[in-house]
Amino acid sequence: MITNKIDIRNVNLFYGDFQALKDVSIPIAEKEVTAFIGPSGCGKTTLLKSLNRMNDLIADCRIKGEMLLDGENIYGNMNVDILRKRVGMVFQKPNPFPMSIYDNIAYGPRTHGIRSKSALDEIVEMSLKNAAIWNESKDRLKKSALGMSGGQQQRLCIARALSVSPEVILMDEPTSALDPISTGKIEELIFELKENYTVVIVTHNMQQATRISDKTAFFLLGEMIEFDTTVNIFNKPKFKKTEEYITGRFG
Amino acid sequence: MYNTNETTLKIRALREAAMKILFTIAACVSILAVLLICVFIFANGIPAIAEIGVTKFLFGRTWKPNADIYGIFPMIIGSLYATAGAIVVGVPIGILMAIFMARFCPKSIYKIIKPFVELLAGIPSVVYGFLGIRILVPLIHSFFPEEKSGSGLLAASIMLGIMILPTIINVSESAIRAVPENYYEGSLALGATHERSVFFTVVPAARSGILASVILGVGRAIGETMAVIWVAGNAPIVPKGLMSSVRTMTSNVVLEMGYATGLHRDALIGTAVVLFVFILIINLCFSAIKRGTK
Repeated sequence: MITNKIDIRNVNLFYGDFQALKDVSIPIAEKEVTAFIGPSGCGKTTLLKSLNRMNDLIADCRIKGEMLLDGENIYGNMNVDILRKRVGMVFQKPNPFPMSIYDNIAYGPRTHGIRSKSALDEIVEMSLKNAAIWNESKDRLKKSALGMSGGQQQRLCIARALSVSPEVILMDEPTSALDPISTGKIEELIFELKENYTVVIVTHNMQQATRISDKTAFFLLGEMIEFDTTVNIFNKPKFKKTEEYITGRFG
Repeated sequence: MYNTNETTLKIRALREAAMKILFTIAACVSILAVLLICVFIFANGIPAIAEIGVTKFLFGRTWKPNADIYGIFPMIIGSLYATAGAIVVGVPIGILMAIFMARFCPKSIYKIIKPFVELLAGIPSVVYGFLGIRILVPLIHSFFPEEKSGSGLLAASIMLGIMILPTIINVSESAIRAVPENYYEGSLALGATHERSVFFTVVPAARSGILASVILGVGRAIGETMAVIWVAGNAPIVPKGLMSSVRTMTSNVVLEMGYATGLHRDALIGTAVVLFVFILIINLCFSAIKRGTK
């Protein structure tokens, strides 16, 4: 039996009077890649950001329904900082901090109380290796992260997310700002990450979804139209809307 | 239909030329003012400094115009001490206030605080001086009753520290607000608290702007005169402690210019030359930092 890492149950989300998500339910399986696809403004990023409560930053955002992480309600008594340590995030635009590569990775562990130099060194090396950027960065750890290319910066951000040993990694169109080669590297990386992590990715790129994801959810105007294995969604979608979208007839 | 016959075109070209001249004149006036000031103080000050002797003037510890002894070392040190004191008082408060206003303050409170900070910047310095002499000096005296008076370096430092607050707060606040929000979000997403995200990502990212605010504050403090005269004691001696009397370069000029003649007058202008060089250095630092961030 597949255990669900995250259970999204009948979630309705409002920005003020505007309903951005309508009764969305998705089970997200552990150590799989789940992709959210759909046209702009369909609510997929909103849903993603509500999984680690980054939506809390938006003043008039209200959520009804349940989101369970290992059976525990994310919007219940869970400490939000612990939640975000367990559910990490990679943003659309690479956002390394304006500090050295080393300090970028050490930031998270330091936040959670790790002070010893040797422990930090180890975490930095592990994280960079796991994000497949160790070879490019090991000789310039003390240099500013802002001197890296966009693709390197994004992998650094993935390494940074890994540094606090999360269980789930959320990715919000992580390759939309990158060139095809960098995109390829990130996709390979995501494929490796699912050995150890549960990955949820928002993407505008259908081929990307087919290449890397196990399950796909299709969103339209705040509704989750269809959720199935990626193979089924792209080969024999049950709904006409899904078929129209993936074949490029709208969106 | 647009009417673009030759006459309208001519008028347009004429107007364009006239405006160009007007703008050029406006620009020239401000540059001319700076140049005139430079020429005036250097033309009067440099010969005086040469006559007194550069080392005697800059490092002489005695200022006795009656005996024709003009050493401004106590005033240079006085300005530096008072400015340093202002930094100690004003910078921590100013930066923390800016952080509070940019990242912690609820909107409703911000609407009240912000105009107050702006008002603080607009209060004439002589009014600060009033406040200093009526409240600050007696207050300090009550803490150190064995001293003759509460005026001196400590009072001047606190006074200047308060006066540079609006500069530091406003410039730092806009520097902090200019930090891209995605740094903050990146930190939050790692499980950092709001406080940690602000102090360890947002504020460090704004450090060059914050440094610029401090330098502007230093410029303001070193050039301030009226408020300092009222609370500093003004004896031309190298201050020995916080309660010691202090005279700054600006005070030196203002206190004696009214009756000075001959070499005495030119020595005061020479003091202004030294002050001018200090301000020049501060401005160069400021523009270097601004260039560095771009």
